[in-house]
Parts: sequence; C-alpha cells; structure tokens
Amino acid sequence: MFNIASGQICVLCDTPIQNDITWKALLKKEGASLCRDCEGKLEKIEGDTCKGCSRPFDGLSLEFRFGDLCFDCVRWDDNPDWKGYLTKNISLYLYNDFLKETIAKFKYRGDYAISQAFSQQIKQRLNKLEFDLVVPIPLSVDRLQERGFNQSEALIRSAGLLPVNILSRLHTEKQSKKSRHERISLHQVFQVEKPESVQDKIILIIDDIYTTGSTIRHTAKGLIQSGARQVMSFTVAR
Amino acid sequence: MKGATILQKFLQKILRFSSHPLIPSPEHKILAQSYSFSPELQHHLSGRALLAEEISFPADLLDEHFQCGYIGRILGVSLEDSKFQCNRCGNQNQNQFFTFPCSRCKKDCTYCRNCIMMGRVSSCSYLHVWTGPDVIFESGPNPLAWTGSLSEGQSHASDRVVDAVTNKEQLLVWAVCGAGKTEVLFKGIEAGLQSSQRICIATPRNDVVLELVPRLKKAFPDIAVASLYGGTVDRHLLAPLTVSTTHQLFRFYKAFDTVIIDEVDAFPYSADKSLQFAVDKARKSDSSLIYLTATPSAKMQFSFTKGSLKGVTIPARFHRKPIPVPIMKWCGNWNKSISQNKTIPPAISAWVKKRLENNTPILLFFPSIKIMENSLPIYQKLNPDLEAVHSEDPERKTKVSLLREKRIPGLLTTTILERGVTIPNLEVAVIGADHDVFSESALVQIAGRVGRSIEKPDGNVTFFHYGKSNGMVRAVRHIERMNAEAEKRGMLDV
Repeated sequence: MFNIASGQICVLCDTPIQNDITWKALLKKEGASLCRDCEGKLEKIEGDTCKGCSRPFDGLSLEFRFGDLCFDCVRWDDNPDWKGYLTKNISLYLYNDFLKETIAKFKYRGDYAISQAFSQQIKQRLNKLEFDLVVPIPLSVDRLQERGFNQSEALIRSAGLLPVNILSRLHTEKQSKKSRHERISLHQVFQVEKPESVQDKIILIIDDIYTTGSTIRHTAKGLIQSGARQVMSFTVAR
Repeated sequence: MKGATILQKFLQKILRFSSHPLIPSPEHKILAQSYSFSPELQHHLSGRALLAEEISFPADLLDEHFQCGYIGRILGVSLEDSKFQCNRCGNQNQNQFFTFPCSRCKKDCTYCRNCIMMGRVSSCSYLHVWTGPDVIFESGPNPLAWTGSLSEGQSHASDRVVDAVTNKEQLLVWAVCGAGKTEVLFKGIEAGLQSSQRICIATPRNDVVLELVPRLKKAFPDIAVASLYGGTVDRHLLAPLTVSTTHQLFRFYKAFDTVIIDEVDAFPYSADKSLQFAVDKARKSDSSLIYLTATPSAKMQFSFTKGSLKGVTIPARFHRKPIPVPIMKWCGNWNKSISQNKTIPPAISAWVKKRLENNTPILLFFPSIKIMENSLPIYQKLNPDLEAVHSEDPERKTKVSLLREKRIPGLLTTTILERGVTIPNLEVAVIGADHDVFSESALVQIAGRVGRSIEKPDGNVTFFHYGKSNGMVRAVRHIERMNAEAEKRGMLDV
C-alpha cells in the first residue's frame, strides 16, 4: 500500500512535513503523517477524565460527575440490562470542529488515507493495553457498498493490526437519526457469528467516534453474552 | 529500427512528462438506432461525466443505455505507464493517489485524493457520459434585451468576441480593471445562442457566479441560466447558458460550444494544469474559448505579443480617465517594525493618518494573515474602528459592506480583497509590497480598486516596501503601458 507518511506530506493538508531529526525517526524510518499545524488542531484528551468513557471532566458541570464516572456512565451502570459489559472506553481526541470535518471527509467522502492520520497515536496508546482480538464495528451490507470501506476496519489496518470480523449487523437504520433512548432500547443490533472464537478472550473494539456509547455497548453486550471475558473500546474521537 | 523505437519511446516519455493529462475518450457500444432512449436521462447526462451515484436513475436503466450505445464509460482512475491519472480532475501527482482494500471491487483499489470532496473516483468506478443524440437548444431570434451602450474600447472588443464565438476560435480579452468586462460579452453570447450553442462562463470564485447570474438573466430574460457553485440547486439544470465555478467544470464532458473563462489568472500556479484539463474536458472539440482578464499571466502575455494567442485589449476604463499609477515608497524594514518594535513605519502611519482625517475609506493590504493580525492592534491605536478581514473570516462580506457604508474608516486585508471590491472614493496601500505574494497581477488588481467611479476617477495607491521587487516594477509599468495605449487610441478625456 502506498504510504503517504514516507512521502513526508501531511495526510490532511498536503503540505510537506518538517520532521525532527531524531535517532528514533532515523532508525525506524517512521515519519509523522501530520504536519505540526494539523496536529495542533487536534485536541488530545488528557488530564482528569471519566474512567468509564474518557469524557474530560474539565469544563463539565459538577452535577454530571459522580466520583470517577460521568453521569452517562452512571446511568449505563445503573441499568441492569447494561451493567458490566464494557470495561472502559479510551478516546484520543476531542470531537472539535476540525476533527468533525476530518472524520466527515474520511467516512462520508470516503478518503481512506485519512485513517493514517491517527495510526501513530493509536499504536502508541494500544501499546499499554492487553487484548487478544481487535474487532471492528460492522457496517450494513448496503452502507459498506455505498462507502466502499468500513471506517472502523480502516483505522485498525492503518494502525498495523488485523481486524477480526466476527460480528454482523441485524438492523440497518442509521444510528445518527435516532435519539439516545431509541438507540439504547433496541434489542439486539449485532450478532456474533463465531461465538467459539471469542471464548474467554479480551476483546478490543475500535471505532471512529464514541457519541452516546450505545453502538459500542451493544457490541460489547453481544460479545460478553457470547462468552468473551472482557470488552474494551478505543475511539479516535469523543 | 530497434534504436528508432527506443528513441521514440524515450521521446514519448519526455513528452508525456511535460505535457498535460490527456482527455480520456469513453468506451461505448455501437448506437442501436431503434432503441427508444429515455429523454430524461438524456437531459440529465448530456455534456456531463458523472459517477453512477451522481445519476439518480435505476442501475438497470443505465446498463440498458450502455448496452445500446447511448451511454459511454470512462474509467475513473486509469493507469498509464505505471502512473495513475484521475480522469475527472486530471490529477497526475502520484502523491495524491491512495490505494485501499475496496469493498466494492474486493481488490486493492486506487482513488484520487485531489477531487475527493466531489465524491470518490477510483480505479473501479466509471464516469458515465451521454453518447446518444444531442439536446438541441432553441432560442428566439433576439435573445438579448440589454440596450445599454458600449465605450469605444468595449465596442471594439465586443466585435472580436462575436467573431471568436462564431468562428470557434480562441481569444484573449485583456481589459483593465473597471473597463466593464461583462457587457463586452453580451453580443457574443447572443450570437452563440442564435446559432444554438451551449455556452459556459467559468470563474474561480463563487462571488462572481452570484454577481454575474442576475445580470445575465436580466440581459437574456427568456434564456434559462444555470448557476453552479458549491452547494447549488441548479446542479442538474440543462441550460443554454451556464455560469459555473471552475471547480464545477470537472463534472462536464464535451458540453460547451463556447467557454468563457473569467479572471483566468486568479489561480495559484499549481491549479493551472488542473484547470486547463477541466476546461479542455468540458468543451467540445470544435469550440471557442475566451479568456477574460485584467492581468494575464506572463505566459499568456507572451503568447499574445508573439501572436500565437489572438487577443484584444481594452486599455481604458468606461469613464475615460487613466488608471491611477501606484507610488512606490520605501518604508524601511516593515516586518521587523511590526513584529519586534510593535510600531508602524512613519511613512505608513503618516499615509494612514491623513486618510483617516479626511474620511477617505482605505484598504491596507498585508502579505499574510499572521502579519496582518499582529498589526491590527497597533493600527487600531490610530483609530479603534479599523477592522481586519481574511479568506476564512465568516464576516468578510459584512465588513466590506461596513466600509462601503462608511461605518468603519478602513480595513486591513490579505490579498483576498484584491478583486471584486468596488468602493467609491477608496484609496489603498500595500504594506510590504516587496513580499512574494504580491505578484505583478496581484498588485495591478489591487491598484485597480482605486478610481472606479465617474464621480471620483482618481485616488492614491501606494506600495510601501523595503527594496523594490520585480513584481512592483512590472505592475507599475503594466499600468503605465495601458494608460499610454489608451491615450494613443484616443480613449481618454484629458
């Protein structure tokens, strides 16, 4: 696959990248895929965050915070239908206007190369995690045909990992058109096709964005019910 | 013999490397005359090159038309001599292609990133073109309702435009800022419409489309005018007269009998090749091409002087007064004084103060957003109502209106306002005119903002610099030459 990083051009804005000359860069030949300007526009999620979903507490009103958790995570955990399926979610960046635009170009315009913009950070963060399988969120057949690729799978591949496709989608309607209540009250969205492959495994779900968390929690529920030991998730945006 | 073929191949390679991308031709079947084609589809697709997802007709209907020879297909991204070419935008820059595992073709598939914002074109997608009978446009015998009069220079140019349209030729119309370019086109457009031509006016800027369309609709009240720019509603309107941003031309294929390119020079150099491809693809092989500009590129000026590009000049404004010649004024290290000393060079501050006192509206041009933003607070010490605009400023239009209505005394701006702004009584200064962004054409355009109204046909233009640049000297010479030509041709009242 043609690698834009080796051409030293920013994958988001096409300007040449000025790499720091370090031993690491020279030895690993690992150039950045983003220029400083674009990197600067991405806001890393750091500091005090919700242990459940990576939501930053900074700027969040106190009434929505319950110890280490945010109000949304408390609500999920209070619901016996949902408690205990997703161990935690980790997210890289705040979903600001720049990232919104970038993800829209990636997903809806179909600019696959953008998945490389996040690969270095994803690799770095995943180094510290232990897991057995990386699972993408599946798209419906129609949507996959329309877009030509699954964004979740593209992120996984660009980070040098192998996506394991063991899920299939039962509903096809667009998530973004539904309210939170509608999203979480759906019975079953995903089906695990080969339950034997997840037995006792620690599974990492990777997706582009964590909004209400319902997609990811539906997936987690399906996986745990099929025998997985633990499910975590990782998203680019939160 | 063998040597000759190697040499030939070698030459081909060099030529290919230096030449523009080739306009692709569609693969299509032999036309089945007996097939009763869909006129709706014919209207939708005539003169276009569209992806299947851009055509709102059922897939089997498209296939049927393809099988009967009424639709042709062009591969979206083709591979020639192990180099990719995008057949929608002409991109050949290999860095702008990316290969990914495609779920549609189930293979590694290569797409063009250069035009991704128009939807993905890849090696497994096709651009569909209409290969059936053409749509015939009928217009009344006298479509032009405009009854205004033309200046001597305009009238001469107008005749040349009519000739070029009628004879399917290329023509450069080199008209100074404020010459009244649009009116020069009316007779030519009329001639084209009378002979059932399909005509397109293309411009790089959305603003120009928006400004031009009502004027054309008024001049040609019975003719359908399609306006095309990002997010427009007329996207599928098949009209005899189309006003389009150059970007939207990428969706056309052999559509136009006449293409008029307004402000052909308003592109960065890198976009030039892409634009050339878009225009060549959008026009029919036998068609006229008219370039309309106040500041042709050096290359175009050269072709014009040499005679390989036919052209006509309008060296004088419609009000028959010469164009104000810029004054070049040394002001010391303008960059250092702003970034380090936080002061305005005395020569500049004197110029600005004088205009603020006399209530003369001013535009101050800066070489970059950064330099301008650093300067704004310092200039606001002279008058707190001074504002700044740049390309990404959402309030650009409002601020320009405020200046026009004299509710603010002046604007600091980047080159974004070098074109299209007409404010009576305006005077301009270029801060750091020796900076690279101020090319000859940018400076001529900037100077062209001044003295546009009959009431106040003169005014001051000053280039503040820290050492004259070639661009500055050429811009001044350009304007002096135009004024001299105008005087010689008796187009000025002195």
